[in-house]
Amino acid sequence: MKDIHSFLCSPAESTRRQGPHDRIVISSRVRLARNVRGSAFPGWAKKPERVKVFEMIQPAVSSLLDMKDSFFEAMDSFTALDKQILVERHLISREHAAKNVGSGLVLNRDETFCVMINEEDHLRMQALRPGLQLRQAWNAIDAFDTALEKKLDFAFDNELGYLTACPTNLGTGIRVSAMLHLPGCVLDEQINPIIQSVNKLGLAVRGLYGEGTEALGNVFQVSNQMTLGETETVIVERLEKVLAQIIEHEQNARERLLEKKPKVVFNHIGRAYGILANAHSISSKETMNLLSLLKLGVDMNLFPGADRALVDELFLITQPAHLQKQVSDKLSAEERDLIRADMVRERLKGVSRPVARPGAGN
Amino acid sequence: MQCCVCKEKPATVHLTQIVGDKMQKLDLCEECAKAKGINDPTSFAMADLMLGLGASQELDQSAAGAELKCPRCGFSQADFKKSGRLGCPDCYKTFAEGLSGLLKTMHKGTRHIGKAPEALRSARESIDRLKTLQKKLAKAIEGEDYEMAAGLRDEIKLLTAPPAKSR
Repeated sequence: MKDIHSFLCSPAESTRRQGPHDRIVISSRVRLARNVRGSAFPGWAKKPERVKVFEMIQPAVSSLLDMKDSFFEAMDSFTALDKQILVERHLISREHAAKNVGSGLVLNRDETFCVMINEEDHLRMQALRPGLQLRQAWNAIDAFDTALEKKLDFAFDNELGYLTACPTNLGTGIRVSAMLHLPGCVLDEQINPIIQSVNKLGLAVRGLYGEGTEALGNVFQVSNQMTLGETETVIVERLEKVLAQIIEHEQNARERLLEKKPKVVFNHIGRAYGILANAHSISSKETMNLLSLLKLGVDMNLFPGADRALVDELFLITQPAHLQKQVSDKLSAEERDLIRADMVRERLKGVSRPVARPGAGN
Repeated sequence: MQCCVCKEKPATVHLTQIVGDKMQKLDLCEECAKAKGINDPTSFAMADLMLGLGASQELDQSAAGAELKCPRCGFSQADFKKSGRLGCPDCYKTFAEGLSGLLKTMHKGTRHIGKAPEALRSARESIDRLKTLQKKLAKAIEGEDYEMAAGLRDEIKLLTAPPAKSR
């Protein structure tokens, strides 16, 4: 069995992936929930049944053309740290990280398909793309699902569609989502009205790690909630429309801030740089929130010559599990804060302090 | 304040939930709260939190009540209340009655119109077609348009005939 760490691409590589609108849209994801006929859902099935389902599904998934040279592993073979790293990479949900015997993961070579087996449903298959690529992600997972249905007998009802453990996913079993970086809307105090109007359209806005999490680092996830009574394409198109508007709001907010309140913006970004470049102890949460401002500064050309991917990489490698993985000893939270600060100071050595006026060509 | 269920005893359990931009308030006496499983946070929380306040009660109102169990997997109404999730694909048949109201509040529609497994797609289409033809037929008969009815009847016959031809 391959080791997940030699399989996963490095944090530096993973943050260099590019896609349309990737200054604001970090990534796009479409997941489908599927279950096989005749077996209890993972939350209700006893261990032997879960193992049986896993042993049936895993080879079927691994044998797909899209999953050539893929990685698979049972959840009980991962250490708690490795699971947390997968969560920080957004490859598995926190719920899946809590699973053990009878659950597993199949991940393809370039990390564009990731399948969770026996999470809440027998299958949660996801297509992942950098930037705004919802339609591409939907087309990819649609083809993936069509190929897989030739090997597995999915529970499907003529009236209700694909049957899922939770009635909220019934029908299409689809969740279309995008991860957005919205520091402009937050600074311009527009984020709450935006969240409210997005909610009114039947879409959910969540934090960095999905359901029930905080919007650390000004990162928000927008996704559909309703899955029954509409086609997948209609759902994807609605998300696309809403995202186009959010992107516009964010761009406008950034421009307006620079025009109307430049001192407020420079102050936030300058302080963020000051702390990150000089701190000797810093929590993961503070790091993420300040890195978000640093990234805004890079986007606004306040750090001429600075590499945006460096900030993205720091965002990933300063998170608790990634940080722990880089040192051999088990660290306490306080020790992590010290090492995190050392790492950030070191990495920011090459980045000079922000200029007070944005450079040309924004 | 009176209990909003029995309207007799004083309300001591107060629940507030915000759905969209509407606030829902429930004031219950201890007994009614217990009867609804509200004082037991594990049995109350999940189904209602995930599916909206009143979801678990909605299921209870179906004919067989809380005693209903899925013959395939043994999952019960009470289990749903606890977890907000079902036991197996067959549970959708078992609890169909209670679920239908729930699905209405939760989704855009109650009928799936998206993707279907390829193997079922043609069958699905002919079922849809059959339903529309039957509706048309009923209308034609009602309107005493027997010529139209005869045509429709033949079409239906063709559709329901065993597939002798190979395409």
